[in-house]
Amino acid sequence: MNTIWIIAKRELNAFFDSLIAYIMLVLFLGFSGFFTWLFGSDIFILGQANLNVFFNISSWTLFFFIPAITMKMIADEKKSGTMELILTKPVSDWQFVSGKYLACLMLIAIALLFSLPYYVTVSNLGNIDHGAVWSGYLALLLLSSAYIAIGLFASSVTNNQIVAFLLALFISLFFHLIFDFLAYDILGSIGLILNTLSTQYHFDSLSRGVIDSKDLIYFLSLTGLGLFLSNLALRQRNTSN
Amino acid sequence: MDINIRNLSKQYGTQKAVDDISFDVKTGEILGFLGPNGAGKTTTMKMVTSFLTPNNGEILIGGISVNENPDQIKKLIGYLPEHNPLYHDMAIYDYLKFCAELHNIPKNKIDDRINQMIDVCGLDQEKHKYIGELSKGYRQRVGLAQAMIHDPEVLILDEPTTGLDPNQIVEIRKLIRELGKEKTVVLSTHILPEVEATCDRILIINKGKIVANGSAESLKKQSSGNESLIIKIEDGDNNQIFSALQSLGSVALVDFADRSNNKFEIQSKEELSSKRDIFNLCVQNNWILTEMRVIEENLEEIFSSLTKN
Repeated sequence: MNTIWIIAKRELNAFFDSLIAYIMLVLFLGFSGFFTWLFGSDIFILGQANLNVFFNISSWTLFFFIPAITMKMIADEKKSGTMELILTKPVSDWQFVSGKYLACLMLIAIALLFSLPYYVTVSNLGNIDHGAVWSGYLALLLLSSAYIAIGLFASSVTNNQIVAFLLALFISLFFHLIFDFLAYDILGSIGLILNTLSTQYHFDSLSRGVIDSKDLIYFLSLTGLGLFLSNLALRQRNTSN
Repeated sequence: MDINIRNLSKQYGTQKAVDDISFDVKTGEILGFLGPNGAGKTTTMKMVTSFLTPNNGEILIGGISVNENPDQIKKLIGYLPEHNPLYHDMAIYDYLKFCAELHNIPKNKIDDRINQMIDVCGLDQEKHKYIGELSKGYRQRVGLAQAMIHDPEVLILDEPTTGLDPNQIVEIRKLIRELGKEKTVVLSTHILPEVEATCDRILIINKGKIVANGSAESLKKQSSGNESLIIKIEDGDNNQIFSALQSLGSVALVDFADRSNNKFEIQSKEELSSKRDIFNLCVQNNWILTEMRVIEENLEEIFSSLTKN
């Protein structure tokens, strides 16, 4: 655990030393704030004291931002050779990947933390369902966790950052949108399976304030699978030169 | 801490990078790993450091198997990978601290250890700079510092002196020699004089196989075989000298090295030395022998004869 934290700490420092973290925070809050308060079916138009608009918009911003954060995490280390440096120190492949995962998740958590003033504002405007807000935040965090794992997997199969970004977006798109779309058209058990595979389905039920273990297990297994596959991909250094 | 390697093989697809090699390195020994590009040096080092898993064979460090206990082995090894990868966006001090933390050095000793490394590797003036801002030579020093930060029993250095200027090379060699007294050091290099200057033993590897193993002296003796000499004789007719030399019992072959200066190249017969005979011949004929030297095969020639096909 200590090793994972040392790696995560280095990554977090790297985020804040470069502009990545600040750009990410500004863009995330800018986008979600704009659509929550100013444009489209914003809070004032809906006239309801809840954060559903924010959660919905955020799920989309995170969908695009997370691959941008994860793309360099492993691909860049493979390319520059620093991965070899770390993995020949007392660090296992698993700890290496987990450290990266933890750093990304913490950056997202910090971004979400900065959106808490929205919560305070809305709760002053009307009677807000506090439980629903917290489970909405939990949903965002779990969604991010799954996409980070997917992003890390994409980053671990290539040493080109652009490829990693596009691959992560491509895989996430299936979970974010395509399975959901297909589920509308396909009836029967296949449709049901597709529906259960879609992140939207689980995200919606969580952000409505219903914490169901089914949804938790779904997001956590997607995270676990992504991290497991990243580990597997790291082992490929043994078969190709 | 000894390194024992038995029947080690590594294959990428159909290409055999390392083909059934076995060797030992003892504590207090510096082993020089030589070979042309793509011979399998780096692959072997990557396996010893547990970054790659061999297809076959076994690596023991201090009796512990690298494949079975990578976590234990990693603590014992200091490794400088090929091309010296570093995080360019970190300051030297932060980077060394990061490495020290990964090696689980107790918190209260980290600062001492970093300062010691900065001192040993001559990084004092640069210690707050970002690694990306450093010249190649300084980066190499940072690479060495991170490899030694936890005072490892075994040092694996892949081309440790590339990019250093001659003064730095001398310093780093001295440092490696110093470390080699107590630790086990394996280093690879392309620079042949470096092996002669620093290593106790040389291992030449070609196409994944070991082609030579021994000290620089023993390799020279092995490969040279027959004695060959260059001599210069003054005050005599060169054709006359030529035939007189050729008729000596211990001489196998005479050749003109420089006809106008009466220089000859002489190959002695197997197991014989012709030096005395040549001297006596000159005395008998009143020729003046002004030069006589043994041609020693140097490491470059041994290297190219072993690794060329």
